[in-house]
Amino acid sequence: MHVVVIGAGEVGTSIASSLASDHVVVVVDVDPDRAEQLKYELDVLTIAGDGTASDIQTAAEVDRADMVIACTDNDQTNLVACGTAKTLGDAFTIARVKSTEYLRTWESSEGAFGVDFMVCTDLQTAENIVRVIGLPAAIDVDPFASGLVQMAEFEIAEESPVAGQTVSEADRFESLTFVGLFRDGEMTIPRGDTGIEAGDRAVVIGSPESVQAFATDLAPETTPGRADEIVVVGGSEIGYQTARLLEERDFRPRLIERDPDRARWLAENLPDTVVMEHDATDTEFLSREHVDEADIVVTALRSDEKNLLISVLAKRLGVDRVIAVVDSPDYVTVFEEIGIDIAINPRTVTAEEITRFTYESVAENIAVLENDQAEVLELELTEGCGLTGRPISEIVADSDARFVIGAITRDDELVTPRGDTVLRAGDHVILFVESESVSAITSMA
Amino acid sequence: MSWGVNWKASVGLLGVGIKYLAVTMLVPLVVAAVYGEDIWVFLASMALVAAIGIAVERVDPDPDLGPREALLFVSLAWLAAAVIGTIPYMLAGHGTASTVATPVNALFESMSGFTTTGATVLGEISTDRHSHALLMWRQLTQWLGGMGIIVLMIAILPEVAVNGAQLMASEAPGPELQKLTPKIAETARALWLIYFGFTVLLVALLYALHLLGMAPNMDLYNAVAHGFSTLPTGGFSPQADSIGAFSAVVQWVIIPFMLVAGVNFALFWHVLRGEAEVMLENAEFRTYAGALAVITALLAVILFGGAAPPLELGGTTQGVAENSLRQAAFQVGSLLNSTGFATADFAQWDTHAQVFLLFTMFIGGSAGSTGGGVKIVRWLIVGKAIRRELFTTAHPDVVQPIRLSGSVVDEDAIRGIMAFTMMYVVLFALSAVFLSLDAARIGTQLTMLESTSASLATIGNIGPGFGRLGPFGSYLFFPDTSKLLMVFLMWIGRLEIVPVLAVFISAMDSR
Repeated sequence: MHVVVIGAGEVGTSIASSLASDHVVVVVDVDPDRAEQLKYELDVLTIAGDGTASDIQTAAEVDRADMVIACTDNDQTNLVACGTAKTLGDAFTIARVKSTEYLRTWESSEGAFGVDFMVCTDLQTAENIVRVIGLPAAIDVDPFASGLVQMAEFEIAEESPVAGQTVSEADRFESLTFVGLFRDGEMTIPRGDTGIEAGDRAVVIGSPESVQAFATDLAPETTPGRADEIVVVGGSEIGYQTARLLEERDFRPRLIERDPDRARWLAENLPDTVVMEHDATDTEFLSREHVDEADIVVTALRSDEKNLLISVLAKRLGVDRVIAVVDSPDYVTVFEEIGIDIAINPRTVTAEEITRFTYESVAENIAVLENDQAEVLELELTEGCGLTGRPISEIVADSDARFVIGAITRDDELVTPRGDTVLRAGDHVILFVESESVSAITSMA
Repeated sequence: MSWGVNWKASVGLLGVGIKYLAVTMLVPLVVAAVYGEDIWVFLASMALVAAIGIAVERVDPDPDLGPREALLFVSLAWLAAAVIGTIPYMLAGHGTASTVATPVNALFESMSGFTTTGATVLGEISTDRHSHALLMWRQLTQWLGGMGIIVLMIAILPEVAVNGAQLMASEAPGPELQKLTPKIAETARALWLIYFGFTVLLVALLYALHLLGMAPNMDLYNAVAHGFSTLPTGGFSPQADSIGAFSAVVQWVIIPFMLVAGVNFALFWHVLRGEAEVMLENAEFRTYAGALAVITALLAVILFGGAAPPLELGGTTQGVAENSLRQAAFQVGSLLNSTGFATADFAQWDTHAQVFLLFTMFIGGSAGSTGGGVKIVRWLIVGKAIRRELFTTAHPDVVQPIRLSGSVVDEDAIRGIMAFTMMYVVLFALSAVFLSLDAARIGTQLTMLESTSASLATIGNIGPGFGRLGPFGSYLFFPDTSKLLMVFLMWIGRLEIVPVLAVFISAMDSR
């Protein structure tokens, strides 16, 4: 594959280095020194110049490229770069943006700005944080269909109330599908009367809310509930998105922001969050508002130093779990070494998300489970493919492949699959498939 | 005289309005012709009003209004309408014993009509004493004032529509102007059409009852007269016994229309466009509906328990469920959103039931309705602001915007609402004191309920009070000074205090 990466910051470099071994990679950066430096660090071709300019893109052979990844620090630059690439050729374009506004526009109109896939750094990071907060019991969590659907894998603990129940007893949730069960390394596709035992690993697919509710059933001790105190420190875009996503999952977080105007904006846009306007490094304030009694503290300030300070402070005050956003990838290990529970780096998150996308597959999205015994795929159905026009029960009966349809999204809304559900072109289907059957399934789609 | 405001522009535009007010006098003129009454009263009135209008218009033939001129214009427009409205009363009453022949009484009656207050100084309310035409004029003033004379002018006069948004914001009841369409004239037209539609519907229903023989005395004249009074939450009736003169089924028909009049008319516009959820999700509407239900139920229970003596008007309520509920619903609908009709002489009820009704007079209708009072949306916001104050006292760092129906209320708007509510209460209290003292000056003692209800019923544009001011009583015995104060209260109450006082303040400030 011929890949053009525009922007050689941390995200771009990280993507380029993970792709360089298998693909032909061309990196464009506006800074000649940076381009020169990268030429020696990675096995890639580098071009110095404005990545939005048509002649620079021509020099990078965008017209022949299979994929263009625009990941500079500037949203508009990335959008224009993708738009320009579309005028030159037919490459699949990926843009990194910070603004959720652009993401919303893009989601509401496919192909807007000439972008085929958009990764919103801050939102992605916030989603990551919320997953870490919400599902500590999960071994693996992956979002599908732009976050409408979640796949999660849980290990059933000895003391879990779910242990000993059948699948139909445990799956009380409207929009949740129990797709797979691993027992002693053996995969089974569960039926309603399949029993769940301690030590099993269960895979579920459903709306993020239902997955959260299932996790509460599964591990009531460790999964945070509504009553748990979550404090987000810093009203940056990441802090805001984190609070917003927590609200969506029925939490009522508190958010601390120092700037009065920003605090007011946050309070107006987060109806279920208690926004406090104060400097979070003021220990007197922290104890007055009983931040020490919080169950989870997320630090999302703009400076790593301050995040470090607050995290250490929160740990010393006795907070159970501290999650820190760390802007510089180099500090991630430092944070975790001094006892911060989880350090999340937005750039790493973005680079991982984009790299995940470059796997060659018809699937839009993919997750590999349990040493590749099974995969979770997201497929966009096209007109006339083998999966449309028939009820799901018929498809399952006619096929030798072992798979379960976990969730369907239609026009950006979640549809819970039932035996009589008929799939249509344009639907996004999230399937749990035994690895050996993957090619059979993808050939049908 | 500069006043820091181009008063000529405001007055010039006023002339346009006055000119068209003459046209509305066609309605009583037709009534006079139909009943074979003296048509010269209204012919002369029309000529006089048109002449005044044309003369005033000449002050500034090409008026251009800024914000201050708009405030002045709106304030003056309501005063001018009331003054012009006195002409038929005085002409018709000239040389007779009519109580509204004197200028002060005529002004009181006229202002009470235009502001949809419904407080009366008309001595004997009967078509035997006054012409059908004059009583229809009295009803018509309320209907014109109900949706707002400025809104009406914006809807039909292009020269007013230019500055429409500013004008409408000063007149519209409630803290803010809701623009339904890009063009303000279209918004004004939509509101008037809905208002007109409801009026026609009520008139048709009432007259249908008459034709079906269920309301023998609800003839076409009475149907129109009460249609003109119900939707604007007016309260005048050509019958001395108000709605009490009609059968129970008429009362049941009028109750829902009184309640509709207290709803924000913009919400009906949404319903007509198939967006019923806008209405159902509106916080003010829900509070209004909830308050009505709770207060009516409570009052019905009180009446069922025997808080009202068996009366000639209103009948027996003790132990009679239908009548208790009907009287409670009617009185609450009438006083809460400021209509001022009556089916029972609640002034003779036990004190606890009266105090309960007095409390409902504080509530008021919805913003954007034709009702008076403080308005439910303001009480909602005042309540939320107080709760926030208490919360932030314990948590000084918490930033907590106030939300209504899910959207954030601007802090400036909250400040304005607090100031308004404070002004309303202060003006109400001071006026009650003044009315008591002024009455004592001429040797009349007002009871506590009389003085407070007189003040509240006029500033809230409600109409009837308690004691001698009861639903079948009259404001006639007050001295002229008190009547003038009440004219002022009705005036500023209709315009929600701020525009009028702002004009006074800016006049005093400029040098």
